Amino acid sequence: MSSAMYERMRVNPKFQELVSRRGRFAWTLAFVVLAMFYGFVMVVAFNPAALGQPVAEGSMLTVGVAVELFMFIFFWTLTAVYVKRANSEFDALTQEIVKEAWKENK
Amino acid sequence: MRRLTQLGTALGLLAVAALAFAGGPLEGVTEKQATNWHAIIMFCLFVCMTMGITYWASSRTKSTADFYTAGGGITGFQNGLAIAGDYMSAATLLGLTAMVYGKGYDGYIYMLAFFAGWPIILFLMAERLRNLGKFTFSDITAYRLDQGKVRTMAAISSLVVVCFYLIAQMVGAGQLIKLLFGLEYNVAIFAVGILMMVYVTFGGMVATTWVQIIKACMLLSGGTLVMFLAFSQFGFSFQTLLEKATAVHALGPKLMYPGSLLADPVTAISLGLGLMFGTAGLPHILMRFFTVTDAKEARKSVLYASGFVAYFFNVIFIMGLCGIIIVGQNPEFFEGGVVGGKIIGGGNMVAMHLSKAVGGDMLLGFLAAVAFATILAVVSGLALAGASAISHDLYARVIKKGTASEASEIRVSKIATICLGFVAIILGILFEKQNIAFMVGLAFGVAAAANFPVLILSMYWRGLTTRGALFGGYGGLVSAVLFVLFSKSVWVDVLGNPAALFPYTQPALFAMPIAFIFAYIFSKTDSSVRAGKEIEAFEDQYVRAQTGYGAASASNH
Repeated sequence: MSSAMYERMRVNPKFQELVSRRGRFAWTLAFVVLAMFYGFVMVVAFNPAALGQPVAEGSMLTVGVAVELFMFIFFWTLTAVYVKRANSEFDALTQEIVKEAWKENK
Repeated sequence: MRRLTQLGTALGLLAVAALAFAGGPLEGVTEKQATNWHAIIMFCLFVCMTMGITYWASSRTKSTADFYTAGGGITGFQNGLAIAGDYMSAATLLGLTAMVYGKGYDGYIYMLAFFAGWPIILFLMAERLRNLGKFTFSDITAYRLDQGKVRTMAAISSLVVVCFYLIAQMVGAGQLIKLLFGLEYNVAIFAVGILMMVYVTFGGMVATTWVQIIKACMLLSGGTLVMFLAFSQFGFSFQTLLEKATAVHALGPKLMYPGSLLADPVTAISLGLGLMFGTAGLPHILMRFFTVTDAKEARKSVLYASGFVAYFFNVIFIMGLCGIIIVGQNPEFFEGGVVGGKIIGGGNMVAMHLSKAVGGDMLLGFLAAVAFATILAVVSGLALAGASAISHDLYARVIKKGTASEASEIRVSKIATICLGFVAIILGILFEKQNIAFMVGLAFGVAAAANFPVLILSMYWRGLTTRGALFGGYGGLVSAVLFVLFSKSVWVDVLGNPAALFPYTQPALFAMPIAFIFAYIFSKTDSSVRAGKEIEAFEDQYVRAQTGYGAASASNH
């Protein structure tokens, strides 16, 4: 039954590889987002004046706006990077694992 | 045939509602009369189009999979638009524009907090959700735990979140329609409630998704157009825009500083947590991960959705800043014609006034129709999520223990939708005076504390047992609701007590740890045989979560 299928997949070294590679990648990206976002929230909470400074003398663009705009773009870029890698590399690996488990089934 | 007659009756009701729209001047908003027709015609076009879709969808909605998840056959791009549609409610368009208009930079901080949850959902949750879930997120929390108890808990917290969110949307709808169409508040609430019931009961997820997609396109294009026209008045120069805005705004140069909204650190952090993880606990958003064919499409949906959301938030930021000068300096938009007085229709109307100022009655009509369509679409998504918690979780799995036939399950979900529609109407009328942004914040806070912790633990922590999940889930739910009840917003402002029992308005920072700690302690101390089996069952669940093998597949269409 499927439980045996799951068992075969679990013992496949490729499964361990998938889990550790994808896990490391996903957690790294998540950590970057969390650290940047909560770092920013901490600045908002404890040193709000820093965000109101202009990026350059005479410019109306403040550090806060520039940092936030950067985060909007950067976070979205990270999602694109993750989707690209997951939808090619990780999905291919997943398919191999399932296929191999099926073969053993026969 | 019966369906046709029912649809006919619904359309008839709508015609009555449309006649009422055209009713005489009401509530001293006579100056809006000339604009009403544009809005009504465009809104009726939207309703006709979506009714057509609902009719088409009703012929394709036969199984429970069709009803709850559109048969799992929505593409990543379509689903991305629909998620963006679900996420960008009228509170986003109206509320956040108003927040930037009033508080400047604080509004932008809110938007980043609303956005930052999306990458996290993608990295840590999206594919596991798709691989483990079928119709509702309780499918995942109850995957290896006690079906009856855990599903009941998840369904209750889903319904609480849905109800808070519904109140916010219904109240917003009533106020907006009252102002723009000159329609009685209660009539407006009924119109929204009845239209929503028609979409969901006849068209299920297929219709709800398409309503969501159309509305998202309208919202994105309408917002962009208003922003473009408004920004052009400043030569598309952010420098010029800010120079003028800080010169006229009451806050002056402080406009671009983090300010009063996030005055103390605890509130700022708690809000950040609530908005970020609340997104990952909203039942109507989580449900959208089950409408796509596989994990690949689920990831793509998040990519598209977060792109649209990020883009639109920046559009709104510019709109709000433009509004400071274009609306804030024009006596036409103030009661009694005094600049700096009360804005006609209240603070939430800045986006509407801005569209009139830059694009005339035609654009105002369009944006009004968009706002109404937005509310309608979000309410439909919420109703469907609530109805599926009742029919799929409570009825089919808890009461009938999996023996219910598909037909009876669909029937229950339709009845549940109609009941929820009436609940929404009643709540909308009861809470007419309630602050919308506050209700949305509350819904996010409860979602972050009641739904998110148990959901993430069930996917990541093998040690979670039924006992831990129940204590964690109920602990988060009860503490989040109590923290809000005892906070100044309810205990003092609504119930009229002299002092708040809980000093902060945002519950997430306190309620989330309670949920996690409860889930941990009560799982760890659970030495029952059942708990041992549940921990063992994690292994298979884990392989399925990682590979998607055995995941619910798309039904053939």
